[in-house]
Amino acid sequence: MSGVRVLVGTRKGAFVLTADGKRSNWKIEGPHFAGWEIYHVKGSPVDPNRLYASQTSGWFGQVMQRSDDGGTSWQPVGSEFVYDGVPGTHQWYDGTPHPWEFARVWHLEPSLTDPDTVYAGVEDAALFRSTDAGQSWHELSGLRGHGTGSSWQPGAGGMCLHTILLHPRDPQQIYAAISAAGAFKSDDGGTTWRPINRGLKSAQIPDPEAEVGHYVHRIAMHPSRPEVLYMQKHWDVMRSDDAGESWHEVSGNLPTDFGFAIDVHAHEPNTVYVVPIKSDSEHFPLDGKLRVYRSRTGGDQWEALADGLPQNNCYVNVLRDAMAVDSLDSCGVYFGTTGGQVYASADAGDHWAPIVRDLPPVLSVEVQTLA
Amino acid sequence: MIRVVLPAHLRALARLGSEVRIDVEGRATQRSVLDAIESAHPTLRGTIRDRVTLQRRPFIRFFAARRDLSHESPDADLPDAVSSGSEPFLIIGAMSGG
Repeated sequence: MSGVRVLVGTRKGAFVLTADGKRSNWKIEGPHFAGWEIYHVKGSPVDPNRLYASQTSGWFGQVMQRSDDGGTSWQPVGSEFVYDGVPGTHQWYDGTPHPWEFARVWHLEPSLTDPDTVYAGVEDAALFRSTDAGQSWHELSGLRGHGTGSSWQPGAGGMCLHTILLHPRDPQQIYAAISAAGAFKSDDGGTTWRPINRGLKSAQIPDPEAEVGHYVHRIAMHPSRPEVLYMQKHWDVMRSDDAGESWHEVSGNLPTDFGFAIDVHAHEPNTVYVVPIKSDSEHFPLDGKLRVYRSRTGGDQWEALADGLPQNNCYVNVLRDAMAVDSLDSCGVYFGTTGGQVYASADAGDHWAPIVRDLPPVLSVEVQTLA
Repeated sequence: MIRVVLPAHLRALARLGSEVRIDVEGRATQRSVLDAIESAHPTLRGTIRDRVTLQRRPFIRFFAARRDLSHESPDADLPDAVSSGSEPFLIIGAMSGG
């Protein structure tokens, strides 16, 4: 019988939540790596037993972990992330040049075709790739070196590469997004890169339409229509219909268009989910009501989904990597909060229920659909 | 034979017991002890000191014989009590939370 495995990264460990296809009775395992920040756990689409995890700590730095049995056991793999060549500088918060310094891995993106190949987005922003199942990591330095890197500045959470999208059919096309530099694309498998931020407008930077400097929070794509991209920017929900060459706003009737997470329904490429957050300084839902908003029109027209979610005194946040969908016939949607709840909907967002309520603050949620 | 006590999280990471016993060639210094530990347990590389600069990570401390040796030169001799094996070299996660 089919089932799902939800991989949850938190401030104090990783948790693995499993259920059958009904998604009503859950088994909760963890914490794995108790006491460590787990920024992201993600499985290989080719081999669902192959998982990669980013384990980090203010005391002990970065450790990478791999599981070959679906998260039951783990082994440390390589955690040496060395920037290619002379790293150079980016801008510090005060505008002065600051040397690139590795801090942690924010996001892992396993290859769509090879379980031993995985990409890592890191802080200070750079893209690394391993082709030996995480044992060694090599920077794709054309991203930092394409020309604008020296002008990138960190966002409040650090200068992180947090989004990696792999084209479902053309391995040469890779997207990446960096806070606070913007979106970037490679058409040659990650060797060379260019900014793709035309149409983004950010009032928080001196030139609102600058080539780089935008606070992109997350980009999502549906595999059946990879030329369409959805973006949750710091403020504004954006859409591109030309593989990132240009963007237009689709915030429409959202009550606030600030937020972090965005994702697309597994079977309906026009159905998009966001979690509106009040503002850049008030990182909680409007009016204490936790609501997912769904658009069935690819943006602009949004409906609130609140059934089963707390509708008073709720002041949690949903971080950029903390929403995911499964690919069962009735698409499941999942998200985790900074209050430690993981919510699931087995009917595309119509009804919600918590899988677990009292985990440490949730940093990331990924879902594997198991045969 | 040098006795080393690691923080609990690093013991769990490297799957080690409460105390590690390690042979060090030549003088017992912070550098020679850490070189020996990392050589025997490569998973610990980068967790106690920076991989490239080999500087102590900011929230790691080195104690021995009731002294804080964190700011000593990495090439200074460790106390006789450590080099003789009568007391352990303590690697500590600094008192901080989060």
